Amino acid sequence: MAAGQSAIEARGVTKVFQGAGQDAVKALDNVFVSIRENEFFTLLGPSGCGKTTLLRLIAGFDFPTEGEILLHGQDIAPLPPFRRPVNTVFQSYALFPHMTVGQNIGFGLEMLGRPKAEIEARVNEMLKLVRMEELRNRKTSQISGGQQQRVALARALAPAPKVLLLDEPLSALDYKLRKDMQIELKRLQHETGITFIFVTHDQEEALTMSDRIAVMSKGKILQIGSPRDIYDRPSERFVANFIGDTNFLEGEIAGTAGSEAKVKLASGAVISAGLPEGFSGKNRVTVVVRPEHAGLTAPGKKADLSGKLENIVYFGTDTHYHIMLDGGASFMIRQQNSRGGGVGHAVGEAVGVMLEDHAAQVLKD
Amino acid sequence: MANAGRFSIRRQTGFTLIAAFCFLWLYAPIATLIFYSFNAGTSVAIWEGFSWRWYEAAWNNEQIKEVSLRSLLIATVAATVATVAATMAALATTRKKPFRGTTAVYAAINAPLMVPEIVTAVALLITFASIKVATGYTGLGYLLAAHSAFCIPFAYLPVRARLESMDLTLERAAADLYATPWNAFRYVTLPLLWPGIIAGFMLAFVISLDDVVITEFVKSAGQDTLPTYMLGQLRRQITPEINAISTAFFLLSVLIVTLFFFLNRRKS
Repeated sequence: MAAGQSAIEARGVTKVFQGAGQDAVKALDNVFVSIRENEFFTLLGPSGCGKTTLLRLIAGFDFPTEGEILLHGQDIAPLPPFRRPVNTVFQSYALFPHMTVGQNIGFGLEMLGRPKAEIEARVNEMLKLVRMEELRNRKTSQISGGQQQRVALARALAPAPKVLLLDEPLSALDYKLRKDMQIELKRLQHETGITFIFVTHDQEEALTMSDRIAVMSKGKILQIGSPRDIYDRPSERFVANFIGDTNFLEGEIAGTAGSEAKVKLASGAVISAGLPEGFSGKNRVTVVVRPEHAGLTAPGKKADLSGKLENIVYFGTDTHYHIMLDGGASFMIRQQNSRGGGVGHAVGEAVGVMLEDHAAQVLKD
Repeated sequence: MANAGRFSIRRQTGFTLIAAFCFLWLYAPIATLIFYSFNAGTSVAIWEGFSWRWYEAAWNNEQIKEVSLRSLLIATVAATVATVAATMAALATTRKKPFRGTTAVYAAINAPLMVPEIVTAVALLITFASIKVATGYTGLGYLLAAHSAFCIPFAYLPVRARLESMDLTLERAAADLYATPWNAFRYVTLPLLWPGIIAGFMLAFVISLDDVVITEFVKSAGQDTLPTYMLGQLRRQITPEINAISTAFFLLSVLIVTLFFFLNRRKS
């Protein structure tokens, strides 16, 4: 296969669930996405956004109402799940309770009719990969949640699928174990070189693990990009809101140059902000600034924005400054305490706000 | 303290007394029956000393052997047929998307539980009579068919309960791991369903073994089962032999129901 070819591509995929009577729910609405070979790709969104539906369509548990799903260029949408070289790690793990750990891992290969010796070798290899060699003959009910998670991973990886689908696999684990498994998953993806498609509603999980993220809402993909793209340059209000804290500033376009715009805010201040791809060219816009991409300046010093310091909240690692800007908008700044945050300012004083380069971003909507 | 405000029926006055009375009411007649099966005399009401004689008499009674074997044969065949049919019905009603009339199908499968047995018996009598006239066949087939049919709902209930409690994701996982629908059933659904199937079989077996009304109407001459034979004996003279047979029958039923209970409890 050619380098850069997409492992999975969805073309105009729509899925409508017929409810009782006239209600029909559009779980996916004309979705286009191309997932690259060897990529750790995350579908991120709140529950009901369609991310799991898209995963199920790729796995074959459901079929699209419209559109094509291509695996290495071939339409697999009409194929049943057992004919797709794609395996799934289920949210509930779905380990077979009447089989041992080893039998679970070997199940896929056995169903493919591989010779016993090959299955044996592969099961051992997988057990080693997930570091569970000594638990091969245990029943799946006799191992811990974290271990079950590893078995589920090993079972899905054993038949060497072209694509591995992961449906919120970490949501049942406690915080500490989840952190460990995040690192573990990245390692497995790196070692196996398999394309991972990961579904989650946890933005932090998505940011730490993914090569690229697709943010979904109401059956649509709103933005696709690297974690840094998504975080620093959200293209829509929903994306900016869903991932991390952010400041919204209303303003008017005062002039554009390439992918940069001058935006005039309510207070009269003019700041420069990046334009999103596919910007409609409208006049009234919203600009977002992440709270850690701005800093406080002393009164009278050069500043992009000015206002009054309303509140200071100490958070251990960092300090949040809540500012009421001239013109009436509220603005929050996050400063790390190790870099001098939390000292030198008092509530009620007039302050200036300095934006970092490329900190401000115009939203599409 | 934690239970202070909670109503507990076990703490009400007279609870123990009423419970004890109910149990006595239920089991005293059976206890009496068992007691007199060991009577040395010929009466079922006057105790004349302990003896195994009626058990020996029953054991040596060729007719009892014959009807017992027939009962076991019918129960085995009927329970097997009913369990297979019930399992297929349960799979169809739990593993397919609900369709218009799903409830009607449930009702139809379970109707034999509600229809008065005598109605079924009369209906079968009339139907089978005309078939007998038309074909001349008078063999055991009628009893086997009748028993298989009325055992289906009893086998269906535990199988369906088991299927409904089973995680559908397991079958999806099997399909995801390249199992064809048949293989998914063979290697995942069936092994997990097995306790339900065994329970269904045993329930059907006991129900068939126990049946009097339908058997009485459907059987041809010389096709007595153990219960209809016992009924026939009661019309003649009553000796503790009938107590001995009843006791053995009772113990067999208890044994099967106990097995059923433990199998059901073992489900994961």
